[in-house]
Amino acid sequence: MDSKLFPEGIERCSLGKFLAWLGFIAIGLAWGGYAAGVIFYKGIGVTGLDNYFGFGLWITFDLAVIALGAGAFFTGFLKYILKIDQLKNIINLTVIVGFICYSGAMLVLTLDIGQPIRAWFGYWHPNVHSMLTEVIFCITCYCMVLVIEFLPLILEQKQLNKVPFLHHLAHQMHVHMALFAGVGAFLSTFHQGSLGGMYGVLFGRPYAFREGFFIWPWTFFLFVLSAVGSGPVFTVLVCTFMEKLTGRKLVDFKTKSLMGKIAGTMLTVYMFFKLLDTWAWATGVLPHMGLTFEQMFYGTIYGQWMFWTELVICGVVPAIMLITPAIRNRPCLLYLAGILDCLGIVINRYVFTVQTIAFPVMPFDKWYTYAPNWAEWAPSVMIIAYGFLVMSLSYRYLPVFPQEKGLSGK
Amino acid sequence: MHAKEFKIRWGMVIDVDKCTGCGACMVACQVENNIAPVTPEVDAWAGVAYDASNKLRTLNWLTVYEINNKKAFPEYEVAYMPRPCMQCASPACVPVCPVVATDKNEEGGIVSQIYPRCIGCRYCMAACPYHARYFNWFDPTWPAGMAKALSPSTSTRPRGVVEKCNFCHTRFQQAKDKARQEGGDPNSLADGAYNTACAEVCPSGAILFGDLNNPAHKVHALAHSKHSFRLLERLGLGPQVYYYSKREWVHRLGDNYLPNEKKA
Repeated sequence: MDSKLFPEGIERCSLGKFLAWLGFIAIGLAWGGYAAGVIFYKGIGVTGLDNYFGFGLWITFDLAVIALGAGAFFTGFLKYILKIDQLKNIINLTVIVGFICYSGAMLVLTLDIGQPIRAWFGYWHPNVHSMLTEVIFCITCYCMVLVIEFLPLILEQKQLNKVPFLHHLAHQMHVHMALFAGVGAFLSTFHQGSLGGMYGVLFGRPYAFREGFFIWPWTFFLFVLSAVGSGPVFTVLVCTFMEKLTGRKLVDFKTKSLMGKIAGTMLTVYMFFKLLDTWAWATGVLPHMGLTFEQMFYGTIYGQWMFWTELVICGVVPAIMLITPAIRNRPCLLYLAGILDCLGIVINRYVFTVQTIAFPVMPFDKWYTYAPNWAEWAPSVMIIAYGFLVMSLSYRYLPVFPQEKGLSGK
Repeated sequence: MHAKEFKIRWGMVIDVDKCTGCGACMVACQVENNIAPVTPEVDAWAGVAYDASNKLRTLNWLTVYEINNKKAFPEYEVAYMPRPCMQCASPACVPVCPVVATDKNEEGGIVSQIYPRCIGCRYCMAACPYHARYFNWFDPTWPAGMAKALSPSTSTRPRGVVEKCNFCHTRFQQAKDKARQEGGDPNSLADGAYNTACAEVCPSGAILFGDLNNPAHKVHALAHSKHSFRLLERLGLGPQVYYYSKREWVHRLGDNYLPNEKKA
């Protein structure tokens, strides 16, 4: 029925099946929408956050999706600035994933702040010393860059592209895309870094505090590296998930393997510095504050198992797997390494957000635990559902995968 | 952030040995600053019941912590640590605020909190190791009749903003106004001319308030006593609140020390 809207020469499932799929997605959207309504009406008191855990699931979720969405800026940088042409096969997907991640994070942030109608104060009354100010500026600006990068793909939709003006507009935007890729790389590097800097500057929080270079704590650079070390491989995982879901080949394995190599290289660099940083923190920063490494952990929920899982099982192991061609070139191992890599980065964002504030700095204070409640889970699920919605619509109606026609014909 | 120097440095010296943990300071603070108690409420729509049983959700600008020497009876000892905002010389909360809703730039060194500016991001709360900052999870509500007893000189805060102790800032304004009216110098207030509600009400005289830089104020000498210490001093925040105790274990609990480390 809507086959005239499909990309040229591409088959898609029936409209009924697609609508049923959208109906499934709508459940997640409705649940999150309801929670958002309650939160806007009642305030964030309905969440599981408290005065000790002012940051929780939402901030972890934001930081994680922003790191995993880094595939957009880094792949854009490699494709348009360093001219790695093979990445054209997956660049559209990275842009869409990036757009979903960033716009989703911004939606969650509007819920997260106590006074959403004052969100614009970040521009009007900026504190230039705050890492969060830089994050506010760069995330919103970069989200606009992602819209600009996404737009030509929408304009290339078969029917829209028949309009001469839109056709030429899309073409011209493509011609100048290197500029936006450059701006995106600049903005994204800084806010990825500032998200790390946000924690590194907390000199009252021993778990997060780090020395650094000039105004930037080491976490600034580590967050940039970990984002580019996981973002590209997250795009590969999204692509593979879509292939499994649709039963169609979308991107050739050579391109996926290249993305794995890129992420693996960056992850290796990241792990090298992360291990150095952790060692310096455990043997320098902490003793200087009168604390030991062991004191940073508590029970199971804040136990050392998470630390070692992040650094070894989800850090060193995927780094080795991804930089070793023999391992990387086997699909199931590439995907396994990708999953471990992304999991490690999510754990990293979680511990920096929650464990940082869970550690009782005052010696007579005690550890408290935090568990998100339904009002925090529901909007997070809504954002995932929103991602599925955008991706489903893009997949059905936009020429996202230039190789699909060729690969499916084989 | 570098510590800002001020001619006047309003501060407290809290005698931990004198404190009985009665909580009068907390009550005086609540009354003075229009801090709403947690009114029990069942919200059927949101599916949650709220009351004061969750202490991580209650609002107390000043909290009294109970500490002990971790020894068995008969050596067991208890002490109480009232914890207001430390008004740090180098506050962790001020540089992180994205919208300058909190600042330390007024003579006297009190860290301000500007409620109409705060966007409620809670980054300052994450930054403060003393847990001196509190969030308004809901709009304040008072039990029937209690609203009539609110102080007219302190604004109430809406939901979604952070608040904290400001050394009863309205009392500071009033003390300066009084000095001006009486032909005195508002920048040279006599000891006791400006006093916080907690210090005023403390029945055992454990909380003393004054200008730490002024030798004519009692707190000056006490803060320089060998029995005085500051909470988490080695983190470098430079609190303007001092604690006083003659007990070694109390000093030891004022900061983190490595197991083999002698107290500095």
